[in-house]
Amino acid sequence: MRRLITHLGAWFDRRLQLAAPIREAAEHPVPRNTASWWYVFGSAALVVFLLQLVTGILLALIYVPSASEAWSSLQALNHDVTLGWFIRALHGWGSNFMVAIVLIHMVQVFLFGAYKFPRELTWIVGVFLLLMTLGMAFTGQVLRFDQDAYWGLGIGASIASRVPILGGSIVKMMLGGPIIAGATLSRFFALHVFVIPGTLIGLVGLHLLMVLKLGINEWPMPGRLVKRASYANEYHELTKKDGAPFVPYAVWKDLFFAAFILLAVAACALYFGPFGPTGRPDPTIIQTVPKPDYFFLWLYALLSLLPPSMETPALLIGPVIAIGVLVLLPFLSGEGEKSWRRRPIAVLTVLLIAITLGTFTHLAGFTPWSPHMNAWSGDPVPEKVLHGTTALQRQGALVFQAKQCRNCHSIGESGGQRGPTLDSVAVRLTEDQLIRQVIQGGGNMPAYGNNLSPAETTALVAFLETLHPDGQTPAHNAAIGEAREKSASSQ
Amino acid sequence: MSNENTISRRGLFMKMGILFNGLVAAALAVPVVRFLLSSITRGRANAYLSWVSVGSVTEFPEGETRLATFRNPYVTPTDGTTVDTACWVRRVAGEQFQVFAVNCAHLGCPVRWFPQSGLFMCPCHGGAYYRDGSRASGPPERGLFEYPYKVEGGLVTIQAGELPTPGSPTASLVGKKPPCAA
Repeated sequence: MRRLITHLGAWFDRRLQLAAPIREAAEHPVPRNTASWWYVFGSAALVVFLLQLVTGILLALIYVPSASEAWSSLQALNHDVTLGWFIRALHGWGSNFMVAIVLIHMVQVFLFGAYKFPRELTWIVGVFLLLMTLGMAFTGQVLRFDQDAYWGLGIGASIASRVPILGGSIVKMMLGGPIIAGATLSRFFALHVFVIPGTLIGLVGLHLLMVLKLGINEWPMPGRLVKRASYANEYHELTKKDGAPFVPYAVWKDLFFAAFILLAVAACALYFGPFGPTGRPDPTIIQTVPKPDYFFLWLYALLSLLPPSMETPALLIGPVIAIGVLVLLPFLSGEGEKSWRRRPIAVLTVLLIAITLGTFTHLAGFTPWSPHMNAWSGDPVPEKVLHGTTALQRQGALVFQAKQCRNCHSIGESGGQRGPTLDSVAVRLTEDQLIRQVIQGGGNMPAYGNNLSPAETTALVAFLETLHPDGQTPAHNAAIGEAREKSASSQ
Repeated sequence: MSNENTISRRGLFMKMGILFNGLVAAALAVPVVRFLLSSITRGRANAYLSWVSVGSVTEFPEGETRLATFRNPYVTPTDGTTVDTACWVRRVAGEQFQVFAVNCAHLGCPVRWFPQSGLFMCPCHGGAYYRDGSRASGPPERGLFEYPYKVEGGLVTIQAGELPTPGSPTASLVGKKPPCAA
């Protein structure tokens, strides 16, 4: 048996002549200290990518890329096809893991100075791999052709339409027509299944080829500086003196981590199940609160929090600057210190970006900027607030609910968070200020002057005047108070 | 023997071969590019837009704002439900209407009408508009998009056909509303 296999192997290699180069690649010496758990993220990203390829092809066996059928074919995958839900879940969770691992890999490469000479191009290809990964994430979200996908495309179109002069044409190019419809899904299918994966496979090959040709980045030692003139020799010396063959010396950690990640994806898929689809992509159903997938939540938050005038410039120029900085990074600091221990600005930059993205993602989890559409009819006025109030004040509480004030303002920790909470509004504003604010609006609040009768305004303000913590008195206009006292004493 | 100034027979053929391929590629590029850009070129001079009915005048009580739906005039066989579109119809008085796109002028999420407070509110980023469509608060930089309308034979018809975005004809056909004209 063994002889037969050897024979067969020899027969193929006589024709393919691949054994020698593969052995050479596998056994190329790597610096011993790179056989570290820090160096496993690149291979893990590759393994998850392969998982995405396989599960993606499996999904394509059932999925119908047509705006009229896509949603039903996803329902069939979820409910009819044996284990269709699991393959969908693997693909969905695989995409989350892939974005996360690619980002971790990038941070590790950045902090270990691996983008410096001679690996600049490896880094630049990596930047495009990140963009392709995000492109896969967005187009994949569109293929899950549900309400979120539909309105998500609308948001994408609204952003694209802000490009000066060409905006309208870019939108039609993106949608494949005048509206989000059949042609839109078809072209996102082509992008998600042919264009971007094809580019990804090519770029991954290039990325890996360069890792092999240039050698894996050595463990950065504080004080060991990269110089263009001497680096190649130094690296060669290092692998000669303190090197070990990649297989099996370092590869076992990659193998263990890859298996662990696959297991984690499978566990998430099994436990949490597939993502959506949410409601049918029917634009006449407007009772919907569209939300992007996890990795774009930070953008959702940013778009809510930017001042309106800064939004268009930030949307159009921001990505250009961000990509430009990433591409130029190896040219701006292609030499010198590699170790993160001596690059405090690099570490702080990573921390700042991570905290910013983390905070935005966290905020997008509960969207304090969005009105709570059902608060006015769903959240009751707390009993405590109404205790011992007059008829007028109670009427005001009714006005408060009926005019949807609650959608943006919370009382007793329920209601919208778009505007300030009103639990202690009477302490902050005097009666006159309350009337002015309600009627004229301002500070991001609509004016209600056209929508409240004088009686309603009086009742509403009387109710708001009761909203103050125990033991704190409502604000009053000191000048008016004094004048009243004076006129009272003079009488 | 060839020197720098002479060119070999084979070399000439190779260059001609490259040139020939270049010419064929350029000729083929014309239909490819025209195909790719067809979604833009087809819609030139607002060819995507048509007048469609959103219902009879009597369906819309005076002084109120109602949700109406219409089928997008430009349809392809695989569009499914995506061509059914919603809009907000406000009958100001008599035959005077305002027809708003449901798409928020900020980033296109569907706005909802709250008659009690007389506001359109957007669930996504918190935009709000007054009953006449003008901006009330939040991130939008302008009022709601308005469809041009006419009343014909007792029907309210609007000129529609493109997704209303800041760059679409729906946005430019009707100018920005003066603020707070309610």
